[in-house]
Amino acid sequence: MRSDKLLRTAKVLAASSALGLAAGMASAEDYTRFGIEKDMPGMCSYESIDAKDYSGRELTVITHAIPVIGEPTKLHAEQFSELTGADVEVVHVPFGDLFQRIMIPFQTGQDAYDVLFYASLWLGDYNPYLANVPEEYQSTAGMQALTDTTRDVGMWGGEMKQYIMDGDRHYLKYREDIFSDPDMQARFLEETGRELTVPETWEEYNEVARVFTGWDWDGDGDPNYGSAEVVKRDDLMFSAFISRAAPYAKHPDVGGGFFFDLETMEPLINNPGWVRGLELFVEAQESFPPGGTNFGLGDEIFSFGGGETLMSYSWDDALIQAQQADSPIRNDVRTQMLPGAREVWNRETGEWDTFEEPNRAAYITWGWTSAVAQSSSNKDMAFDYLCFFSNEANTRHDLQVGRFGVNPYRTGHFDADFWSDDLGWDRGMAEQYVETLERIDGYDNRVFDLRVPGVGQFMTSLAAGVAEAVAGQATPQEALDGVAEEWSRTVERIGKDRVREAYANVVEIEDAR
Amino acid sequence: MYRQKHLFLLPGLLVLVAIIIFPLLFTIRVSFSSWDVFQPELDWIAGGNYGRLLEDARYWGALGRLMIMAVGTVLIQYILGFALALLVLGDLRARRFFRVLFLVPMMTTPVIMSVIWRTVFHESIGPLNGMLQALGLQGVPWLSEPALAFASVMMVEIWQWTPFMFLLLLAGLVSLPREPYLAARIDGAGPIRTFFAVTFPAMAGISIAAILIRLIEASKIMESVYVMTSGGPGTATETSTYYIYIRGLRDFQLGYASALSVTYLVIMIISLTIIAKVLVRLFVKDRT
Repeated sequence: MRSDKLLRTAKVLAASSALGLAAGMASAEDYTRFGIEKDMPGMCSYESIDAKDYSGRELTVITHAIPVIGEPTKLHAEQFSELTGADVEVVHVPFGDLFQRIMIPFQTGQDAYDVLFYASLWLGDYNPYLANVPEEYQSTAGMQALTDTTRDVGMWGGEMKQYIMDGDRHYLKYREDIFSDPDMQARFLEETGRELTVPETWEEYNEVARVFTGWDWDGDGDPNYGSAEVVKRDDLMFSAFISRAAPYAKHPDVGGGFFFDLETMEPLINNPGWVRGLELFVEAQESFPPGGTNFGLGDEIFSFGGGETLMSYSWDDALIQAQQADSPIRNDVRTQMLPGAREVWNRETGEWDTFEEPNRAAYITWGWTSAVAQSSSNKDMAFDYLCFFSNEANTRHDLQVGRFGVNPYRTGHFDADFWSDDLGWDRGMAEQYVETLERIDGYDNRVFDLRVPGVGQFMTSLAAGVAEAVAGQATPQEALDGVAEEWSRTVERIGKDRVREAYANVVEIEDAR
Repeated sequence: MYRQKHLFLLPGLLVLVAIIIFPLLFTIRVSFSSWDVFQPELDWIAGGNYGRLLEDARYWGALGRLMIMAVGTVLIQYILGFALALLVLGDLRARRFFRVLFLVPMMTTPVIMSVIWRTVFHESIGPLNGMLQALGLQGVPWLSEPALAFASVMMVEIWQWTPFMFLLLLAGLVSLPREPYLAARIDGAGPIRTFFAVTFPAMAGISIAAILIRLIEASKIMESVYVMTSGGPGTATETSTYYIYIRGLRDFQLGYASALSVTYLVIMIISLTIIAKVLVRLFVKDRT
């Protein structure tokens, strides 16, 4: 690090000399050596950050293990260090340990980390310990370009607490080459009596998946399957289940809470809408590849991305995997909003309402985020680091690296040209991808993650209950009744008012449209 | 000088207090608090956590599974370990090679070993099902069917820790006196009778020690469950340690997880003490 400082000092002297010698001949420095295409102007740019001097100061960053988020954290930390002279220490932690590694120092009053990268749904627990994002950073071009939805992810009680550097949502991915194949269409028609179409509801999804399970529809000599889903307990399965249940339980005309009734704080998790979602989740097992009931996110990515399955749904990763240059199914995949439901539970009337056009629910499912600790004595440097991390040049670079885990979150990222021209995606696919993202982002009926204190307890008990139903240890109704009981007890322990106050923040943005 | 000899124990004693006594006492204290993700306080809630624990069916289910898994794996490890030890004790070619080979699983890092086995058991890309299919057999849902997942975790535990049994029992066999064997041969006893009349009784002490050490270790099974199944399908492979991990470090219910840990510790101490006494009473004839 000392040599870095000497190098920087020499660089500053050299630059000063050059400026002195060539007075009036200002020329921008070339930052492409950092791997970016070009520097973009603004207060977070390479040039602006390069003008700051944090020599002799230390910044501690905690983040996920390499590569997802951990790799860009490290990369931009090294760049930041080289530009400013700061000593940046990056601590990488596996996902299973990340929550407590951040929470324990918060609770015990230690100033352990300046900058934090974590799952945005933990905001309900972390928010008392986070610094607000200062106005000057909120007014940067990058922040101004956040979509409304991604900005909402950063907000808590009207304040911006999280520095947005990723955007996540669940959507459907499917094999267009199979759906458009006349032979496949004929076979499906023969077996079901209806045309083969991209599923509009989860019932249709299960039906299509069932027909395309257990035979070699891609002609590679190995059997293929209908659906790859994240079903492994404690491996983000709760998100997959919420995607399936949302259209049955999130009535577009009924506000006031999706997980709880905000007025009474009674769990809604075992109402008929949720139970219907679980029944279909359990039913879908017959269309999974071998071992599919034990699939974690990584298995889902490789199963769909490797061409084994016809459909899948979760974050962008499986799509990026499928679109890699060496992928056998590159440009054969398409995206669509998650399937919906024609029968939707109305908890106000206690009846099922019928929808001609399937009811859909856009599920804004956490995503990575970043923040600065309230206890940090380096807030200025910490926010500059985050500002630099997510500047336009870095983000444009990071979006192109699948393993980095940075997904579209600014209006400029919803541009088909970027995906087709820069990344070589099929034009039609790029346009449909962007259209899917835009549709989700602007959708009226939407669901956010729970984001209340103790969210981990709610989600692990949900996952345990759903896993019991999937394994046949309980019926869907019994399993969700058990989850509801545990949720009620958890609410009592935390304090009903406390959970309600936090949940109101979520409901407020859900019901804003 | 003689009186000051106790001072030499002080550094060790301090280390003992720091790394064993203090954490244990602190855990007991935390178990009487409501320390949680939303309440970071060492308040006093008396036996609240312990009362909740009594009604926690998932905890008792996990404990039951652990008991079956620990006793089952250790018994099989004992039988296999004994058999292998007898095998390499005899006139076996390349005996030294096999002795080293049998120890390899034990020297593998548990987490890495679990990742490898998870790949082996993988139902679509794993080599095990591939081999079965090459033989014209159906693939087996090793990790996605509850009973098979339980058996798969047990298999991995047996694979990894049989060498430990093998090592201890081989050391015991090598140290046995030769005279009883000579006497047995003179009496015309065959190998089976010799084993049950001479070897097995003579090995009782070391067998009990090996079983108890393995039972203590097996009762902490965590890595293979965490990596291979995450306690699933459903709760089919969820053991006590994994459940305590979920409550403590995933849900961040530190007070409750401490109560679970303390209860688990007490149950294990009592159980293992009873098991040790029963084994000694059954198999050690001469306790003089």
